[in-house]
Amino acid sequence: MKGGAYVHYEVLRTLRNRRFLVFSLAFPLILYLSIAGAHRHILQNGIPFPVYYMTGMAAWGAMTSVISAGARISSERQVGWTRQLRITPLKTSTYFFAKILTGYMMAVISIVVLGLAGVTLGVHLGATGWLTMLGYLLVGLIPFAIMGIVLGHLVKPDSLGPAIGGITSLFALLGGVFGPLVTGGALFVVVKALPSYWLVQAGKSALEGAHVWTSEAWIVIVVWSVVLARLGVRVYRRDVPKG
Amino acid sequence: METVDRMGIRLTNLTKTYADVRAVRGINLSINPGETLALLGPNGAGKSTTIDMMLGLIRPNTGSVSLFGKTPAEAVQAGMICGMLQTGSLPEYLSIRELITMIASLYPDPLGVDEVLSHAGIQALADRPTLKLSGGQTQRVRMAIALVANSDLLVLDEPTAALDVEGRRDFWESIRAVAARGKTIIFATHYLEEADAYADRIVLMARGSIVADGPPTEIKARVGGRTIRCTLPQVSRTDVESVEGVASAEQRGDAFVIKCTDAATSDAALRALLVRFPTARDIEVRGAGLEEAFLDLTGEEESQ
Repeated sequence: MKGGAYVHYEVLRTLRNRRFLVFSLAFPLILYLSIAGAHRHILQNGIPFPVYYMTGMAAWGAMTSVISAGARISSERQVGWTRQLRITPLKTSTYFFAKILTGYMMAVISIVVLGLAGVTLGVHLGATGWLTMLGYLLVGLIPFAIMGIVLGHLVKPDSLGPAIGGITSLFALLGGVFGPLVTGGALFVVVKALPSYWLVQAGKSALEGAHVWTSEAWIVIVVWSVVLARLGVRVYRRDVPKG
Repeated sequence: METVDRMGIRLTNLTKTYADVRAVRGINLSINPGETLALLGPNGAGKSTTIDMMLGLIRPNTGSVSLFGKTPAEAVQAGMICGMLQTGSLPEYLSIRELITMIASLYPDPLGVDEVLSHAGIQALADRPTLKLSGGQTQRVRMAIALVANSDLLVLDEPTAALDVEGRRDFWESIRAVAARGKTIIFATHYLEEADAYADRIVLMARGSIVADGPPTEIKARVGGRTIRCTLPQVSRTDVESVEGVASAEQRGDAFVIKCTDAATSDAALRALLVRFPTARDIEVRGAGLEEAFLDLTGEEESQ
């Protein structure tokens, strides 16, 4: 494959980016170890707190990873590097694929690191539990990966940090990453329409089984993905002439 | 392959308007394969816009571009184009060698990475991160990006902007080597000397149009003129114009603006003027400069 080396170097660049490592890995990890570590014998909703909190932090770290990966397009656009690439034979699809792949790579690393941290705090899940969680998390991340690419086209590099921080925190908070926000009423209807709610449910599937990932989950993820992808195509077209 | 090569590059009736600025106003240009062509013009002449349309980076309002018989997008996909665009910093977290290797991997027939690094004079920096470079070094990396592709068409937008004297010399040496391999080279510049020294052909642009097109000697004669300004009391324009070396003269009261075609004739004209009109004062001799030369060449349009 012609773009193979390009993807390889994108992976290298991602792993060398310390800021990226701090926000995607260290932040959720430190938060997890300090909060879950302090409450390791407490039960929440009948579930040991370290397990409960691990799934939430894994969802948050993974979400931040995939959004940040796509958002890196912003600075490559600003300095004109995307223009330079556009006159090489590199396919646009390979360019975006590399961004999404590196985002998923960081997301998986983030999930594994939090899993290991969970194990040190006594979290015990069977192989099925871990794999179910990982599988649904990867599905639930799709809209966020696309959102990253959209942000990379809409937000200037200067405002990217606050934008990503604000968006991930808001989605995380409303989705129940830090604990369930609401479980009934009108607001809950809104919350259940957010992809981050289902990302948290994907985490919960490790404990409660695959049934927490309902058909509603698929609908919300597909709708958000399609809408964001259309937006992505629109913002991308502003950069590139047709034909 | 031969017939494809002969097709060269055709820009037909290209126009581009941004908001209410007519950046490019109907350009027609044919470039033969193997030609080294300079797009010469002051800032805002439409050079970069023309290059962007040629590369398919922006869409013209009207007109078409054919690169070796292909559309820009097809030629880009086939790896027939490489260029040095005016850009900011290079992508982070890669060494220079890695960046050049990555670009080389995208092209069907790239040159060796080490060969290119040494041509660009950055072999000693090969393992340095792309962000830890001076402006001149960064420009040399861009040069390596353009060279390693070994594509049929090399497009350079103001390539020597950040380079020092030595950098410029190295740069043009490598470009000459590329030209010797039969590649087509198009570069934009606002330095007449650069266009004169390294191009086979100069296309002069001003305000979005081509105002002259020809071999460097011809263009130089048209834009390399000198202007003598002086005060000559009680002298007529006909008298001044009869002086050896004077191409034309304008009179405003006692003040004269005298045009000469180049430095040698203006020297001769000045000597003769001083002999014939010893009362001459406030003498000022200036190279016409590109801006002024363009104004001359486009004077008709301006006066409308």
